[in-house]
Order: sequence, then structure tokens, then C-alpha cells
Amino acid sequence: MERLILPPPPNDAPASSAVVTAREVVRRYGEGDTAVDALRGVSLDIDRGRLTAVMGPSGSGKSTLMHILAGLDRPTSGAVTVAGVDVTRLDDAALTKLRRDHIGFIFQFFNLLPMLTAAENIALPLKLAGQKPDPDWLAELVETVGLGNRLGHRPSELSGGQQQRVAVARALVSRPSVMFADEPTGNLDSTTSGEILSLLRDSVDTLGQTTVMVTHDAHAAAIADRVLFLADGDVVRDLGPSTAHEILETLEAVGTR
Amino acid sequence: MIAVALKGLAGRKVRALLTALAIVIGVSMVSGTFILTDTMKKSFDGIFQASYSDTDAVIQGKEVVEGSLSDSGATVPASVLDRVRDLPEVGAAAGSVFPQEVNPADIIGADGKAVAQESVGMGYDTANLSFSPLKLKSGAWAHGPEQVVIDAGTADKEHYAIGDTVTVATLGERHHYEVTGIVSFGDVDSLGFGSIAAWDNPTAQKLFGKEGRYDQVSMAAKPGTSTDELIRAVKPLVPANLEIKDSAKQADEDAANLDSGMAMFRNVLLGFGGIALFVGAFVIFNTLSITVAQRTREFATLRTLGASRKQVMRSVVTEGLVIGLLASLMGLVAGYGIAKGMIALFSALGTDLPEASTVLAPRTIIVSIVLGTLITLLASTLPARRATRVPPIAAVREGATLPVSRLAAHSLKSGLAVVLGSLAAISAGIFAGGVSAAAVAALLGGGVIGLFIGIALLAPRLVKPLARVVGWPARRTGGVAGELAAANAVRNPGRTASTAAALMIGLTLVTVVAVLGAGLKGSTEAAVNKQIHAGYVVAGENGLPFRASEGDDLAKVQGVTAVSHVRSDTALVDGEERGITGIDPATIAHFYAFEWADGSEDALAHLGTDGAVVTKSYADAEDLAVGEQLSIVTPAGEKRTLVVRGVYDPPKVSQLLGDVSMTQQAFDTAFTQPQNSFTFLDAGDGAQSRLDAAAADMSDLTLHTGSAYATDAGKDLETVLAMLYVLLGFSVVVSLFGMVNTLVLSVFERTRELGMLRAIGMTRRQARRMIRQESVITALIGATLGLSLGVFLAALVTQALSAYDIGLTIPWGELIAFTLVAVLAGIGAAIMPARRASRLNVLSALQYE
Repeated sequence: MERLILPPPPNDAPASSAVVTAREVVRRYGEGDTAVDALRGVSLDIDRGRLTAVMGPSGSGKSTLMHILAGLDRPTSGAVTVAGVDVTRLDDAALTKLRRDHIGFIFQFFNLLPMLTAAENIALPLKLAGQKPDPDWLAELVETVGLGNRLGHRPSELSGGQQQRVAVARALVSRPSVMFADEPTGNLDSTTSGEILSLLRDSVDTLGQTTVMVTHDAHAAAIADRVLFLADGDVVRDLGPSTAHEILETLEAVGTR
Repeated sequence: MIAVALKGLAGRKVRALLTALAIVIGVSMVSGTFILTDTMKKSFDGIFQASYSDTDAVIQGKEVVEGSLSDSGATVPASVLDRVRDLPEVGAAAGSVFPQEVNPADIIGADGKAVAQESVGMGYDTANLSFSPLKLKSGAWAHGPEQVVIDAGTADKEHYAIGDTVTVATLGERHHYEVTGIVSFGDVDSLGFGSIAAWDNPTAQKLFGKEGRYDQVSMAAKPGTSTDELIRAVKPLVPANLEIKDSAKQADEDAANLDSGMAMFRNVLLGFGGIALFVGAFVIFNTLSITVAQRTREFATLRTLGASRKQVMRSVVTEGLVIGLLASLMGLVAGYGIAKGMIALFSALGTDLPEASTVLAPRTIIVSIVLGTLITLLASTLPARRATRVPPIAAVREGATLPVSRLAAHSLKSGLAVVLGSLAAISAGIFAGGVSAAAVAALLGGGVIGLFIGIALLAPRLVKPLARVVGWPARRTGGVAGELAAANAVRNPGRTASTAAALMIGLTLVTVVAVLGAGLKGSTEAAVNKQIHAGYVVAGENGLPFRASEGDDLAKVQGVTAVSHVRSDTALVDGEERGITGIDPATIAHFYAFEWADGSEDALAHLGTDGAVVTKSYADAEDLAVGEQLSIVTPAGEKRTLVVRGVYDPPKVSQLLGDVSMTQQAFDTAFTQPQNSFTFLDAGDGAQSRLDAAAADMSDLTLHTGSAYATDAGKDLETVLAMLYVLLGFSVVVSLFGMVNTLVLSVFERTRELGMLRAIGMTRRQARRMIRQESVITALIGATLGLSLGVFLAALVTQALSAYDIGLTIPWGELIAFTLVAVLAGIGAAIMPARRASRLNVLSALQYE
């Protein structure tokens, strides 16, 4: 099997360039004969201020990888750091605090609280952390995601695209070290998808927001600075900025190996 | 389809169990009541039958006044027994000294006090032991003046064995006896309330001052002679103040009397069971409604696979049926436990029931199971109907929800209509005159039930504003968890409303009891304070009179400066049973303040042997005025004619003297067994310890200081209130299960949302707090509704009772306590759901559909 070896960064390299690191991460489900390895020793660095897309066919382990990088799941072996903290050793309370301070999430199904207004949904992570939202920052955020006159509306009164804009703002509000987007356009039509993608791109360019996006949509991955391809639980390709066409071809190649 | 329903139920065991528990409690109260009352009835029936097992007929004193605690006091001369024995129709006959108020025989325990509150002294004919209701369990019958037999219950409780020496006090005299035998009364080891000491007839007759006389003569007919023939033959020998009775008929009569008393007790308990079942129905309805809503997609899938509406309906109803059956069976078992527990509790409180084996009648089983199952079925039909309205297309839609039910769409109008109709019924029940008691009960009961349903229908609209108010502390102090909780509470107003409504029912009734209790207590205290001014008040236990001799003994205590006794009994006054008191004209006014309506204090001095003072309400009812006459017949059959010398107007509640009062001297000549309802005392400083010491040995009375008596008099009420609280508490517990159910289902429904919240930084603690606060808010909505409704209903009742001087008193302490109970209930109900919410695996919660 072809395996792409990523050069591990030298030990004395400043941690500043990589916000998230993974070393020899293995995730095994089940035990004994029925054990299945979803990840088989993945090592990678997520660089600050860049948009990284993770692609791969179904079952390639891309979702598992994201969950582990985001501290939602624990690797069977290997090490993961987020903002310099080894997340594999944290208990639930410490993990929660880490997520509060350093991680933002965007979900496929938006996952907004139906009883809160858009503004309240956006401010929720700060309030959970017991912080008061800074009005200037909120205004800038609302401006960035373009929700101006919809802030008082509840999710049921918003379109899918608008809901996802709220979700993006909610992920950005705590200025996380890294933002994870799990199929952010998976539940949107193509026009709206385009809007959300450019919003994500904007947030990287103007706010310098480090972002990891898991997607199976080549058009979505095409906005990334770097595209990682997973197959059978390992990183098999690591491309720089690519077109949708290149991505589709690469996907084809890794999928039919 | 039914298999699908059953498999679905089996897959949700915990939830099914929680749902079932809501009905279990009500069913257990119903079955427990039946088992308890049946067991009690069997015990008492055992006593009655035992009393007459070998007896065909008895001669005893005539019962003149049924309601009197004292009997005629008439005795059967020994000569009558001799002549009865000589009759050819009589096979055997025996005299006995029989349980009567005049034969107290206190068994004195190691602490120098009587071992039981009541005591019974008996004498038996050693030659004709089969006539005695006493049965020897071990040892030998007592013979002669040095020996006694005692009941097995007392022997057991006080650890007396055969051969022990026991002290027994009869008519104030204490003697030592050797215990030669342990007896049961019929089949029961203990009479429950009292101890039994029994001697041979000569000893008993001497101890009770009845030499040559018996309380009762029992006889059996010669073989071949019918009871009627026997009675016809004996009748000419019976003096006028006595009567001969067919004992089989007597036993039936006694049992029938007991039955009606027991039926009352049973119906009251069943009423509380019914309330718990009603609340349970709310809970079942709510739980099934939520699960049906959550299973929308499942039903839609079934429909796409070809299930008809009928089949969907049947599957939900089957679920209800199985839950109902299961719950009823569990309730039956729990009821058995409750009944056993109650009997144990009675005995722990010193009120042993006669002992007998527990009765589980087929009726108990059938009623419990049918009732529990039927109510569950009924509560499941509405949710089942909603399930049928799920369109097949919902199977393929993301986030499909149930169509709004027709009832909910019209809930405002129908709710208002039901509330107004119910209020009209309640008002009619309370205020309308000339309606039968049954109609009033139906109007009130139906009205209150309707009111609950109406409020429950309106509640979804009340939830939002109420949550805003009661959610304030949560929002202020609970941080973001509190804010989310307040928002969650109003997310599904219908669900919150019916969960809160279940709690509301229990709290409404508890509040009505508390408010009426406070009003009654207030007016009782005021009434007592208005009537008596005494240093000490001696009053009988449980409102029963005590022995006059004890009052006299207390009066003799050193330091007592003034005393007045109040004799009390029931007599026929102009043909009707009335409470009648004997007062000492010279001293009564010192302690009792008469408010004269007609006549003056002089009336007391001029009572003489034939004078009476009567209450104004009695005088008004009978159209009596000063100078007019009334006739009385005492329980002993004595007739007197009294002249009204004064009319006074005591408070309507807690009227301490009888409708008719005569002088104590006249009373004592007319009533053969004088007992006191009160003895009023004044005493110098330092006499209290001596009075306390003297009263300590007297088990049928309590010595109160005059200042404390008014509150002490209200204490009896507190016991009743406490019992009502406990009985209504069961309904509150039922609603608690409803709260747990709703929360568990809500947590389940919001799994993905909880995963998201945890992912974006909610701690476990915050998750727990969020669920807990939502639960408390729901509980407080229930409390607000319940307390306001309760105060409102109590105000209506008070208004209707204003003629009885019962004012509307808001017992703030109790209401605050109930609110706290509601908060605690909310916290308690949230424990399990909050744990679930906080322990959710974030990742799987996020991926949950």
C-alpha cells in the first residue's frame, strides 16, 4: 500500500506555526477479531491562519479524525495537541474548558437552539463560559456573516443559509484557536453553499481564523489552502490549493486504489 | 401490529416502568384500602361472632340512647338467672360481668400507669365457660379472689407470663393477682384499644360492686327448641328495664353498624386513591402524548408499510393496556404491603387493631385491576388518536412533527367553557340551598374535576407568562444554564402545562385543606378563649368524656383553689338525641363565660333540680323560650321534665357545653354513669407539678393549662390535617413521576442539541443545572396554579361557611412550605434526567438522529 510520509517537524521547532498536531494517532473500534481501525497512525500539523480541507471517501476515517482533533473522541493510541495542550490526557471538565477557549464548531445540520434568537445563539459560547460579549466584536462578526437585520429572529424563521451563517458566527464568537466545520454545506443548495464557503474563506483571510473543514464536496475543498486526502484510515495525499477538478481526480485516484 | 407494540414496549423498559408507576400508586391506595378495611372488618366480625358463638339469646339492659357512650347501667338480678335456668326451653344459661364503661380494670404496668388507654373488666361463669366470648389460649381459668386471666395482646406487649403477678385497678382500688391464663376475645388476641382482665363471676361482681347481679345473662335453647320459642318463654321473666335479644340477630346488627362506619372510612380512603388515579391519568396521558410525538417517524414508516390507522391506534392502545395491566398488578401487590404497613403503623401508634389474618377479597383484585387498566386505557386513547393522524409522508421528512390536535386547536375556548361550567357547578354545590347531600357532593366533585381539566386546557397559554415570573430566579442566578432552562420550559407549552397540571391537582387540594384548617383552627381558638377562662382545663382524650372520679381526685390536689366539673352524656331530648351537660351552678360562671340571649346569670342560681339552660341555636330550632318545658330520657331510661331558665349564645364552632345543661346534682340522679367532659381548675403557684403528677396516671384525660388549652384544642385538627396531607401527598408523588417522565423524554428528544451544547463549551455541571432548573420552573408553575386555585376554592368554601364564624385565614407558613416542597420535588424529579443529560457522550449525541 502506498503511504505518504509527512515529514515530522523538528522537536525544537516553535509550536507557534501548528495550532493542532497529531502524532501516530490510531483509533480502533471493537476488540479482538472484530476490531476495526478507523485511523491507523495519522500524523499531521494544522497550520495557523490557514483553511485545511479534509477529504476522502465514506469510511476513510475523515470524520473520526476531525472528532479526535477536536477533542470529542479519544485516540486508541497516539498524541493530539490543540493550542499546545495534549488533549488525550484531559478529563471531561478540562476538555470542556479547552473547547470553550480554543475550539469552534460548525455542524452540517446547523444545530441552533430553536428557542433562542440568532443573536442569542451567537453569544451562547461566551455565555456558557461566563463571559460578556464585546459589543464591537459582535457587531463586526454580524457584519462579516451578513446577518444585520435577522438578529432578532429564531432559527425557525431563518432559511438554511441564514441558519448556517448564525452557526458560523457562533463558532467565531469566542475567537477560537481552531474552527472545525463538519460538512458545513452538506445540507444546503449550491447557491447557498457558495455563500457559506466564501464566508468561511473570508473569516480565514480577514480574521486569520485557522479552520479545518471535513467535506466530501470537491467545490468546498477547492477554497482551501491545503487539501488532505484520507483513505483507509490514513493520509494518502496532501495538496496545496487545488481546483475542484484536481480534487475530484485525486479523490478518484485514492478511492480506486 | 400488536407484536410491534409489545416489542417496542419491551425496548423501553425503564420508560414503561416510570409510566406505570404513575398508576401503581393510585391502584395501591385503592387495593390497600380494600385490604385494610376488609381485614379490620373481619377482625371485628370475629369479635361479634365470638361474643355470641354458643349463645341463642341474651338478657341485658335496654338501649335507650344509641349515641350515648354509657349504657343503661341496668343489671340482671341473680334471681332472674335462676328462674331462666328452671325453664324447660332453656338448655343452659350463665350470667356474666361484661365489658361496659362502668367496669374499667386497668392493668398497671411497671411504670405505675395503665398499660392501655381503655380497659375492660369481665366476669365469667366457671361452670358455663362456653358462653364467655373469652377463649383460653394457655394456662388455666382464674378462680377465686387471687387470680386473673388477661388478654394475649396485653400479655404479649407487656411481657406477662403465666404465674406472674399483675396489678389491676378496679373502681380506683389496686390489687395484686396471679395471672393463671392468657385469653383471646373470640379469635382476636387483642381488642386493639384496650386491655382485658377477667375473673370468675363472684370476684368480678365484688370488684365492680355488683354482688348478686350480672351485666348480662346468656342462654342456649334446649335441643329442638327454636330461638323464637326460647325468647317467647323467657320474656315474661324479664324486668321492664331489661330486654331479651336474639343473639344471632344482634351479631348481624352489630356487624351492620360497623359496616356503615367502615364504609365511611373506606370511602374516604378510596376518594384519595381516586385522586391519585386521576393525577396518574394526567401523567399517563402526558407521557404517551410525548412518546407518540417522538415516534412520529416510526408511525409514518408503519403507515408506508401498509398499516391502517386502526392498526396504529391499536398499537398505542395496546401499549396503554399492557402498562395499565402491569401497573395494576404492581399496585395490588403494593397495596397489600400498604395495608400491612398501616396495621403495623396503627399498632406503633398504640392503636392496635384486633388481630386477624390479612384479607385479600376477589373484589379487591377485580376492582384494582379493572380500575387501573381502564384508567390507563382511557388516558391512552387521545394520544393514540393523534398517532393515527401521522401521514405516511412523515417517514421521509426530516424533523416531521405531529399535526396539531383538534382539541389543542380549540383549547382556549373549550378550556374557558369547561372552567366556567365547573365554577358554576361548584358555586351551585356550595351556595344553593335545598339540594340533597348527594347532589352537592356530585356538583362539588364533578366541578372540581372539571376545573382541573379546564385549567389544564388553558395552562398551555398560562405557561409562558408564568414561566417568565417563576423563571426569574433561575435566569438571575442560574447563569446561562438558568436562561436556557427558562427557555426550554416554554418550548413546548402543552407538555410543560400538563406536567405542571398534574402537580397542580395535588397542591390545590393540599392548599384547600391548609387554608380551611387554618380558618377552623383560628375560629376554634377564638371560640374556646371566648368561652373559658381557667387556670387549668382537664379534658378527655379524643373528645371523649373521662371518669368523674378522676375529676374529683384532681380537685382534691393540694393547692387547687377553685373547681367546676362539667358532666356530659347523650340523652333523648324531646325524642331526639342531644348532647347534654351537667354544670355546677355555683362555680361554672367562674370559668365559663355565658353570653345570655334570654335570661341572665341569675338563671344559674335558679336552676334547681328541674331547671335547664339551652343554647340559642337549639332554642331557635325547637322554638323554645324561657319558662317552657322540655323532656329528657337518659340512657338508663330515666325520664325528666326540665324548664328552660336561660338561653345563651355560644360560638358556632367548638361549643363546649351541650345543647341542654342541667345542674350537676340533677344530672347525677338522672344519669347512672356520670362522666366529665371537662373539669376546670384554678390553683396556686406550685400546684402544677402536683396536678401533672396526679393526671399522669389517668390515661383517658389530659391536663391542659388554661392558656394552652385553646391551642391544644386546635391540635386534634392538626392530626387530621397531617393525615390529609399524607393522603394527598401520594398524588404529589404521582405527579413527581410525571415530571421525571417528561424530563427524561425531553432529554432524549434533545440529545443532539445537548451534544452541540457540550461541544461548544457547556460543562456537565451546567447541563445538570439546566435540566434541574427547567424541572424547578415546571414545578413552580404547578405550584403557582395549585396554590392560587386552592386559595380560591377555600375562599369559596369559607364564604359558604361564614355563618359558622369560620374566617378566611391564609396560612402563609404552609403555603411557603408547599412551594418549597414543589421546588424540592422539581429538584428530585430532575436528578435522574439531569445525570443522563450530563453523562451523554458528546460525540454520539451529536450524531444522534
